[in-house]
Amino acid sequence: MSIIVFTNFLKSVAHRFAILLYLVFALFPLYWLLKIAVTPDKLLYSEGVKLWPSEFTWVNFELVFTQSEFPTFFMNSAIVSSATALLTTLIAAAAGYAFCRFKFRGKLIITGLLLVTQMFPLVMVLAPIYKIMAPLGLTNSLLGLVIIYTAFNVPFAVFLMQSFFDGIPRDLEESAMVEGCSRFQALYKVIIPLTLPGMAATLGFVFTAAWSEMLFALMLISDSSVSTFPVGLLNFVSKFAVQWGQMMAAGVLALIPACIFFVFIQRYLVQGLTAGAVKG
Amino acid sequence: MNTLVTQPKSQKKIDLQRFLEPYLYLSPALIIIALVIITPTLVGISYAFQSIELLNPFNGGWIGLTHFKTLFSDRYFFSALANTLDWTLISLFFQFSLGLGLALLLNRKFAGRKLVQALVFLPWAVPTFLSGLTWAWLFNPIIGILPHWMTSLGMLPEPYNILSDPHLAMYGPIVANVWFGIPFFAITLLAALQSVPSDLYEAAGIDGASSWQVFVKITLPFLAPMIAITVMLRTIWIANFADLIIVMTSGGPANSTQTLPSYIFTTAYRRLDFGYASAMAVMLLILLLLYTAILLKMRSKLSNGD
Repeated sequence: MSIIVFTNFLKSVAHRFAILLYLVFALFPLYWLLKIAVTPDKLLYSEGVKLWPSEFTWVNFELVFTQSEFPTFFMNSAIVSSATALLTTLIAAAAGYAFCRFKFRGKLIITGLLLVTQMFPLVMVLAPIYKIMAPLGLTNSLLGLVIIYTAFNVPFAVFLMQSFFDGIPRDLEESAMVEGCSRFQALYKVIIPLTLPGMAATLGFVFTAAWSEMLFALMLISDSSVSTFPVGLLNFVSKFAVQWGQMMAAGVLALIPACIFFVFIQRYLVQGLTAGAVKG
Repeated sequence: MNTLVTQPKSQKKIDLQRFLEPYLYLSPALIIIALVIITPTLVGISYAFQSIELLNPFNGGWIGLTHFKTLFSDRYFFSALANTLDWTLISLFFQFSLGLGLALLLNRKFAGRKLVQALVFLPWAVPTFLSGLTWAWLFNPIIGILPHWMTSLGMLPEPYNILSDPHLAMYGPIVANVWFGIPFFAITLLAALQSVPSDLYEAAGIDGASSWQVFVKITLPFLAPMIAITVMLRTIWIANFADLIIVMTSGGPANSTQTLPSYIFTTAYRRLDFGYASAMAVMLLILLLLYTAILLKMRSKLSNGD
């Protein structure tokens, strides 16, 4: 008996150790980013590779907030990502509802179309979109980015919203319709409140995706007053390649909104996907 | 027919409404996809047969297959193709096997599982440009620790930046890509693991199966369909994914990390040669379609073989 207890103990120690390794691998790069950001410049070359600096400073963050354009980039990214998330969720909720509750001609083709857009090489449309948007005044414009990001996030968001609608029993809206609601009223008064958590998750996903998009932003934006965070940061890196502390402090800023959203949505991740997997 | 004709007008109107209703809900999605994805794609295909250089605006017009002829004698195109294969297969192998390992570890109950799960999935939420920069900094011997560790382990003769070594540079973006991609596989596989009926495991336990036997005989067959679809979709996704390479090496040194998508991006963004970039993009699209077709064919053959 004691041998069994002992091997079980060994097994759980090995299990914890393996998990610890994964945790270290996942978090170490982010830790390093933070560490360099709070290391005083004068210590960088003497202690650059130490695990913890002997002195600690917030001066890099102060410089980033007061002396740089990063607050502007941050705001631009926040505007673009929130607008994209809102617009995409609205459009995807409507389409997801149609997929979930209606049978209609062309459903299979439209599903296929949405799937194909997911596998598409993005680089294929960079040049044509630039050529199409330039005469419309949508290059160097936040609105242009919102339109593009919305289009590319809609297909995935539709599948996500559809799976959330699938989880709501039909009887609910049917009984509302029997009571004299039109379908739209039933959707608005009964179904939407129930899908709010699903919509929140979709908002989070799309926000995170828009926040990290960089190829279109690089291609379409050259004016720093409308730069999003990736464009601003990459320009900063190529111009001031040795301002390590400031670059990393700016990097930490870019991390914040994504982390908040992620902590907030991560409980939906496995849950939602399990539902999807069971459904087949 | 008769009944249709004699139907009151209002009934017809209702039928039409019913018929149109789903399309009404779908229309915003379809319109924006048609305008922003499909139209530019068709325009892009037409660019492949034109000369469009923003730096050389008078040199325009239709030029037939000239770009494709250039492409077949462009050695950077072929080295980019080989690099795309390396980049995709090595990244995929490590993302998948480490992701599966993580999913199996997380599929057990233990104290603090929720917190651990949130933390190990974090790399997935890190914006890709930041992942690229962070790893590029980690590989830099002045402020990063990795070259020093690799030197102590005897992997490098002295601490230098592998991103500037044409023989090793590709491993930089690959490591970053593995770091970023493990959570994706872990999440999808964990979801699939949690849908394995627990009575199967109980039965195996009663029969005295070892945990390896359980893994091979129950877990893997149950996961197989999920694995097949995610690996297929992920291969395409990784092959197309250029952000990390553009941020970390921009294809250098000496084109040693240039993949096809990063080469296309550089041609369009730096050289502003939209025609040639589109021709390469068309080739990429054809290759991806071929890959998908072969896989689907193999799948139908396999399921017929059963």
